[in-house]
Amino acid sequence: MLSASDWSSIWLTFKLASLTTLILLLIGTPLAWHLAHTRRWWKAPLSAVVALPIVLPPTVLGFYLLITLGPKGPIGQLTHSLGLGTLPFTFSGLLVASVFYSLPFVVQPIQNAFEALDMRLLEASRTLRAKPMDTFFSVVVPLARPGFLTACILGFAHTVGEFGVVLMIGGNIPDKTRVVSVQIYDHVESMEYAQAHWLAGGMVVFSFIVLLLMYTLNRGIRMSKI
Amino acid sequence: MSNTPHDNLHARFQLAFSGFQLETDLQLPGSGVTALFGHSGSGKTTLLRCIAGLQRPDSGFLQVRGQVWQDSAQGVFLPTHQRPLGYVFQEASLFPHLSARKNMDYGRKRAVQAANDAELAAIVDMLGIGHLLDKIPAQLSGGERQRVGIARALALKPQVLLMDEPLAALDLKRKQEILPFLEHLHRELDIPILYVTHSPQEVTQLADHLVVLEAGRVVASGALAEVLTRLDSPMAQGKEASSVLQVKVWDHEPEFHLSHVGFAGGVISLPYQQATAVGTPLRLRIDARDVSLTLQQPAQTSILNVLPASITGMAQPVAGQVMVRLNLGGVPLLAHITQKSASVMGLRVGMAVFAQIKATAIV
Repeated sequence: MLSASDWSSIWLTFKLASLTTLILLLIGTPLAWHLAHTRRWWKAPLSAVVALPIVLPPTVLGFYLLITLGPKGPIGQLTHSLGLGTLPFTFSGLLVASVFYSLPFVVQPIQNAFEALDMRLLEASRTLRAKPMDTFFSVVVPLARPGFLTACILGFAHTVGEFGVVLMIGGNIPDKTRVVSVQIYDHVESMEYAQAHWLAGGMVVFSFIVLLLMYTLNRGIRMSKI
Repeated sequence: MSNTPHDNLHARFQLAFSGFQLETDLQLPGSGVTALFGHSGSGKTTLLRCIAGLQRPDSGFLQVRGQVWQDSAQGVFLPTHQRPLGYVFQEASLFPHLSARKNMDYGRKRAVQAANDAELAAIVDMLGIGHLLDKIPAQLSGGERQRVGIARALALKPQVLLMDEPLAALDLKRKQEILPFLEHLHRELDIPILYVTHSPQEVTQLADHLVVLEAGRVVASGALAEVLTRLDSPMAQGKEASSVLQVKVWDHEPEFHLSHVGFAGGVISLPYQQATAVGTPLRLRIDARDVSLTLQQPAQTSILNVLPASITGMAQPVAGQVMVRLNLGGVPLLAHITQKSASVMGLRVGMAVFAQIKATAIV
């Protein structure tokens, strides 16, 4: 069965994925809104930058983050001078890396939902006395709900599934950066196949349930609209 | 700026985007229906959007019932959500995730002085949507959606109601279904309604005041009967030209299946209006090509409606055709005749003639 360190890795993974998803919703939503509506020249380059983690090997992303966040990198020097130390090989560093790594999986579904919105509805709500933020929460969010739901699930699940970036920037520190995927790797390295099975099998079941949930819920939402 | 008590809405806008320029300076009445008429690209919808604050003109001044909503010279611009208006969109634009009732409550909850429950019930009743309140927009027909959209705007108790081609997206049957409600609205409300349309029929049916736009400029503005019959107005050109008369039912003659209606210019016979009581006001549309002229009052004619008139203007919209503007006791009427008739009869401005009206339509 699962050992204490297995449970610790599961808890750490859960914490990392939840915080990453939360932060991504906060940054990703305005970013998605901007990408959905801007007609400026930077739309294409910005979209490409956001999508980079989809195509890049995680090691590449992890490598550059390691350099930027490290003691000699610009961000590293900044965090150091602020008395925060450097981020690599800490939970915070892992969190920053996860946010970058899962960014497109949160931004793109929300952006698609925003682009599909009938803009006249936003004008209608303005003529019905709603302030911009009011319009956003009373019209945009309910109508873009399937997009937000997909974004949450993909952002969470993708963070749970990361490995390369974790190794590069988080290392393998128990209770701090040793997430489930790394724990499985360790088990396999030390030939503890039974332990590996429990975690790996758990991951398969978890991922399946999450995706099943997403497809079922989104189908339900679409059905209820008709 | 002259601000007589009648000038309850003053809209001056200047706006330019690629290939289009809007330049208006309008004084509009503070009650009744003002139709903003024009072909697509004339700027009528842009004008309405400027009044709503949905579009920000390069410079502009807007005063509604004594309140300045916008004055670019003073840097005043009320955002749309602070303007006490109601807006009806071409495609209803109901919130798809809310029931008809919640769509109406959306604005009511947010407006400072919205309709209370009893007033809302009256609005729902007037638009005949009581049985639809718990349905979501996807379950409603186009006409029903538009009625809910109108109710949603009225529930705000707006100081001005802006309607952007509310019937344009509907088929003829649905239009006929909604028009009576709009006429009802017209009679019941004492707020000004600005009604954008490209349909001459809707204009003659609903408007009291008509603004004609062409390429972003106002080419005519005034009382409906006046503007419709102004010889330089685009609506007085060609086959579509018509006049509108406000009349009252005088009496009925059931044995001949006729009703008689009166106005300042005389009495007109209509097909029997059995259901309409004596004294009821009606609006008649008379197409210019259904009016012919004679110099002497005909002693015996099958045409019942022959009224004395004087010629106040003549124009030649196309070769071979003459548009004659008549005055019947102060009421203008257009007659569309051939150039040959005009020449043979020696018609000229100031002459007294008799107008023979072949057909009328109650609108």
